[in-house]
Amino acid sequence: MDMVTLTIDGQKVEVPKGSTVLEAAHKANIKIPTLCFLKGINEIGACRMCVVEVKGARALQASCVLPVSEGMEVITNSPAVRESRKVTLELLLSDHNLECPTCVRNLNCELQKLSEELGIKSIRYPGEKHAPRYDDFSPSIVRDASKCILCRRCVSVCHKVQGVGVISPNHRGFNTVIAPVFDLSLAEVACVNCGQCIMACPVGALKEKDDTDKVWQALADPEKHVIVQTAPAIRVSLGEEFGEGRGAIVTKKLPAALRRLGFDKVFDTDFSADLTIMEEGTEFLERLQNGGKLPLITSCSPGWIKFCEHYYPELLENLSTCKSPQQMFGAIAKTYYAQKMGIDPSKIFVVSIMPCTAKKFEAQRPEMNSSGYQDVDVALTTRELSRMLKEAGIDVSKLPDEEFDDPLGISTGAGAIFGATGGVMEAALRTVYEVVTGKELTNIEFTQVRGVEGIKEATIDVGGTKVNVAVAHGLSNARKVLDRVKSGEANYHFIEIMCCPGGCVGGGGQPILSSEERWDTDYREVRGNAIYEVDRSMKLRKSHENPAVQTLYKEFLGKPLSEKSHHLLHTHYTKRPLYPEV
Amino acid sequence: MEIYRAHVLVCKGTGCTASGSENVMEAFQKEIEKRGLSKEVRVVQTGCLGLCELGPNVLIYPEGSYYCRVKAEDIPEIVEEHLVKGRIVERLLYKEHLTEERLRSLTDIDFYKKQKRIALRNCGLINPEVIEEYIANDGYKALAKVLTQMKPQEVIDEVKKSGLRGRGGGGFPTGNKWQFAANAKGDIKYVVCNADEGDPGAFMDRSVLEGDPHSVLEAMEIAGYAIGAQEGYIYVRAEYPIAVKRLEIAINQARERGLLGKNILGTGFNFDIFLRLGSGAFVCGEETALLASVEGRRGEPRPRPPFPANEGLWGKPTIINNVETYANIPPIILNGSDWFASIGTERSKGTKVFAVGGKINNTGLVEIPMGTTLREVIYEIGGGIPNGKKFKAVQTGGPSGGCIPASLLDMPIEYDTLVQAGSMMGSGGMIVMDEDNCMVDIAKFFLTFTQDESCGKCPPCRIGTKRMLEILERITNGEGKEGDIELLENLAKSIKASALCGLGQTAPNPVLSTIRYFRDEYEAHIKEKRCPAGACKALIHYEVMADKCRGCGLCVKVCPTGAISGERKQPHVIDQEKCIKCNSCFDRCPFGAIKKA
Repeated sequence: MDMVTLTIDGQKVEVPKGSTVLEAAHKANIKIPTLCFLKGINEIGACRMCVVEVKGARALQASCVLPVSEGMEVITNSPAVRESRKVTLELLLSDHNLECPTCVRNLNCELQKLSEELGIKSIRYPGEKHAPRYDDFSPSIVRDASKCILCRRCVSVCHKVQGVGVISPNHRGFNTVIAPVFDLSLAEVACVNCGQCIMACPVGALKEKDDTDKVWQALADPEKHVIVQTAPAIRVSLGEEFGEGRGAIVTKKLPAALRRLGFDKVFDTDFSADLTIMEEGTEFLERLQNGGKLPLITSCSPGWIKFCEHYYPELLENLSTCKSPQQMFGAIAKTYYAQKMGIDPSKIFVVSIMPCTAKKFEAQRPEMNSSGYQDVDVALTTRELSRMLKEAGIDVSKLPDEEFDDPLGISTGAGAIFGATGGVMEAALRTVYEVVTGKELTNIEFTQVRGVEGIKEATIDVGGTKVNVAVAHGLSNARKVLDRVKSGEANYHFIEIMCCPGGCVGGGGQPILSSEERWDTDYREVRGNAIYEVDRSMKLRKSHENPAVQTLYKEFLGKPLSEKSHHLLHTHYTKRPLYPEV
Repeated sequence: MEIYRAHVLVCKGTGCTASGSENVMEAFQKEIEKRGLSKEVRVVQTGCLGLCELGPNVLIYPEGSYYCRVKAEDIPEIVEEHLVKGRIVERLLYKEHLTEERLRSLTDIDFYKKQKRIALRNCGLINPEVIEEYIANDGYKALAKVLTQMKPQEVIDEVKKSGLRGRGGGGFPTGNKWQFAANAKGDIKYVVCNADEGDPGAFMDRSVLEGDPHSVLEAMEIAGYAIGAQEGYIYVRAEYPIAVKRLEIAINQARERGLLGKNILGTGFNFDIFLRLGSGAFVCGEETALLASVEGRRGEPRPRPPFPANEGLWGKPTIINNVETYANIPPIILNGSDWFASIGTERSKGTKVFAVGGKINNTGLVEIPMGTTLREVIYEIGGGIPNGKKFKAVQTGGPSGGCIPASLLDMPIEYDTLVQAGSMMGSGGMIVMDEDNCMVDIAKFFLTFTQDESCGKCPPCRIGTKRMLEILERITNGEGKEGDIELLENLAKSIKASALCGLGQTAPNPVLSTIRYFRDEYEAHIKEKRCPAGACKALIHYEVMADKCRGCGLCVKVCPTGAISGERKQPHVIDQEKCIKCNSCFDRCPFGAIKKA
């Protein structure tokens, strides 16, 4: 590799050709403040916070986009640079809704942190603020333009990572606002509710629709039997909000925490993930053996589902008809569980804790009430749960280990790995293999489909049948796979698509990392590895071995794809337009 | 070929078209037909002659008689007198402002005498919609020379040696730009013409496109040959319909004659040109924003490097030059770099076109050799300041430029001198201000423009210019505070250093230059709550001077709010509550009895 040597603050630094000055400084442990920078996603030199002096240059240069050159002399910390950064930051603050203590991002705000670090003590240039716009029509995402600093990290994520591109700068100059086209609401455009924009936002301009009040109310209602399910990815992320390391495993703290909040029963979405495998695995075999529509594409990820409905409606028939584990859980809870426990299903209130904002939308879909009621009443994100726990004074890190409740709290490692990209595929393969061959699978770890590579492909020998599988996470990767399917270039039998990068561990409802931390830590990988560790620690690691699932079929559903299964566990999809129809 | 004894040249540029040259042209054609002169006199539509304010302009050759403000009803007289009887129609001739003399020939007019027209060489002379007329004036000869006698590197060397610098604003050496693009690796390269003329009042690019579109096409082809490109794009604003139409005609005519497209002039060189219409955002004149817009994205600048010469249109090596820059290329190739370099000054070669406006007698387009002084442009070419008012400042370089005071009038016009004076060449806007102009108000005017045209991408420009404008607004409203000037200076300095693109980096110039030269005016506004020029409404009021008022009542009649009252033949009074400071009474009073205070 060609190397380039430059001097930063008198220090010689050698970096590969094509690196930026910011990267070179990072390598030399010289900290340059940034705001719009999001490594690999948003490197556009817009916010002017990372400016540096370069010998021979007329104006200050944005280091995040400035390529290094041999012999370049850079000063990151001159009075002119510091003053410029301060003025820029004061200007941003002068146009920012400074309601910090009541902001959802209080103490986790990059603007706030930067103000502290740069020693901003007053704003020399106060003035008019841009027009506030507040969009809370979406069931998943709230946009508060009064806090937006126009860094465009959300725009780049939406366009580049997710290939959705429903938000962009509108208008110009002081009136510029990041919004859907024509200032429409997110609810009106082809937004998939993934919440990756929230994950990218350095401030409180984007946040999840807060549904905690509904849960507090239900918990306080003595008439209600309030039960909760927690998604696989929560057990490797909730701890982060309580000072545990990134990806810390808190599986056994979860039941303790949720019981202390007042839930009547604490269940696990891993259970219904196992159930999903039973249905989806059977569906796959049926399509494979009976000439059904292939490739079969997984349907666990509600962001992906809505994406398919908007952008690839011609592939809707390829989607598995299985509901997501969240919705299967709700449907079973208000039928099977209600019957078993003798509880009036109208009194059952199902809360789900999800790493996901799209789950809020999914729970509200009109077709998701096959139990006769809304199957899942409220879907909370990891962040909302963390806020509730903090409000209740419950510190997850200090709780004893406890177990999930029976019967909907029993799960296998296969259910757990739903939380990472490739996990659904792997779980399905574990079951499909044994069902088809009737033999025990000795090496159950399909490492070919693991990891943060955007698209993973493998050919698996299932009892003599070669099954071509593909796994994509992040919708721009999904686009590539789908385009290859459409063009006939690829011959897949089974595809797993997860909307969010890294799968659910990287979901839009998860704890938010700063740009700086994201640069140093691949949170998708760290949390993903934790998920596989959870799997390894489980006694049972194949969905069809889940005794509670077996009992469910025996007592209630009959067999996979039975009529009852179809009624409760399967769904249908709707083509959706790209723009509101007028 | 038919020979005519006289040619009637009717200006059909945007200015003259707006003042009715279409009718004038038709009237000439009808009248000449009626008189049976069709085989003797030819009526030709041309591009801009420069003195737009006096349009519709008509030039009759062989005498070179320059008729101004010609109306359709004047035509029978012109035809009868001038074209039949050979007697010049004196009353319609151009009149010098200073001497009041009616001049018989274009070449006698001060406005033209000091000019040297290279970029505008064909404007007002040929019919821009007829390619033969361009060819007859050495058109496409430079292209032929380049394709048959020169290697690409020789073309670049010639442009380098000429010393030509970009006429769009930055003044970057054109030859170097071409060299970078020629050196850049890649099979696909592009040539782009920046015709997104956005400075308020500047219209030289429009005039070239309307009056001599082939000169730009020819130059782009030469550039394409020099850097190894096969495609060119002209980014022109949709608000220039005549320019767009003439470009379309020119492109089609050039294609038909094998001067554009495949195998040009049988040499095997392929090059084609396409139009892209912009919607008029000022920032799209910035090259990276322009490229984004051509590609169909939001017109926003991006940081450089990479420069377009390496990564431009669709990521390919691209040169972007402005219209006027291109218009200089064919003469440089034909007459040689030495000829071009002999015009102008050491570091600024050739000529520059200025759009002169504001408080000046001859408003219009002038092309002068670099190094001409501001005084020569304003007084000798421009005819001085109207109504005997005193010159205060001249603003050059459009909204990104600065204001130059009277003390620097003898400064030669060059890229570097203008920058030293706190202004810039820019695209060549030149707005003259007299004693009635408040310099704080002027700074506010330009900042309002840039603030409005900011793309909104970087905070220094998006918020910083807004804050500067707010401070200027409070100063002109009489609410200025001690320390506001320093606040402005500090903010301006910071924005200049940290804004992402040229628009933001230069936006504070009008403020900085007016503070530099007219600080006393700022201080009068802030400390004394007084506008010395009497322009800031919030700081003036109108009074009747009782000793001068004769009580004639004229002011009462013109006052739109009924704020003036008084007995006949008695001194009147103005009700300050009702007065909206419209200045009507001041203008109307025959005795000078109204005073602004």
